[in-house]
Amino acid sequence: MTDFTPWTSAFGGALIGLSAVLLLALNGRIAGISGISSAVLPPWGERIANGDMAWRIAFIAGLFAAPLLVQMVNGEPIEQTVSGNIGLMVVAGLVTGFGAVYGGGCTSGHGVCGVSRLSMRSILATLTFMATAFITLFVMRHVVGV
Amino acid sequence: MKTFAGFICGLIFGVGLVISGMSNPAKVLNFLDIAGTWDPSLAFVMGGAVLVTFFGYRVVLNRASPMMSGVFHLPQNKDIDGQLLTGAAVFGVGWGLGGLCPGPAFTALPLMSTGIIAFFPALLIGMWAGRMVPGILAARA
Repeated sequence: MTDFTPWTSAFGGALIGLSAVLLLALNGRIAGISGISSAVLPPWGERIANGDMAWRIAFIAGLFAAPLLVQMVNGEPIEQTVSGNIGLMVVAGLVTGFGAVYGGGCTSGHGVCGVSRLSMRSILATLTFMATAFITLFVMRHVVGV
Repeated sequence: MKTFAGFICGLIFGVGLVISGMSNPAKVLNFLDIAGTWDPSLAFVMGGAVLVTFFGYRVVLNRASPMMSGVFHLPQNKDIDGQLLTGAAVFGVGWGLGGLCPGPAFTALPLMSTGIIAFFPALLIGMWAGRMVPGILAARA
């Protein structure tokens, strides 16, 4: 069980939106996490010459720093339950990473930024990954019983 | 300055993920579990994020250019194709298995649980493959 947290979740969501708006206003970029992080992976090609690596690496550093900052301010550990099934998590990582980049975006790029731009690609992608995520969870929890 | 802006945006994004509870895969998986221990919080995260972004983007895109860069880099691809839908479908399967999409994977890593240490390198390998495969397929066609 996890508690239903409408207010803190909506506030956290609004911060995610604020970040997306700022990144477009300042750097002219879409806050798609799979796009930003996959662009940092090799082969780098022209991206280094274009000077578009540093802000991406800094953005990722900000993501890494966030939980540490929240823990420091709150003075208590962040609640987190991650499956300890290593095989399952390796498969989940491979599938998540491949699908997100192959499909041109994940929950942030398609789900938040694309939907906000009313992009038909992003709306269809979001409906598609939501549907397969619901089905996968149902099969894993209620049919397979993992 | 562009680099510093990137850091601040990443930090705000990450704090948003942590405060909303989305850095906890259990909360994401329970959102997907309508038939069981349903926790609708994720819908409120998406709602809050889309609301701010929808109106914020309209204000920003009324300007001629971003403050620290010459042009707005907006996706130009409008094609609804197999790659978009296949990728999204595959991503959803992974999300349903692990409860971690790429953003929360980054904010979960510093907490160093066993599951995320297994997940994170696999995520990067999957992303790399997702970038390389379209080129390989195009070369064969």
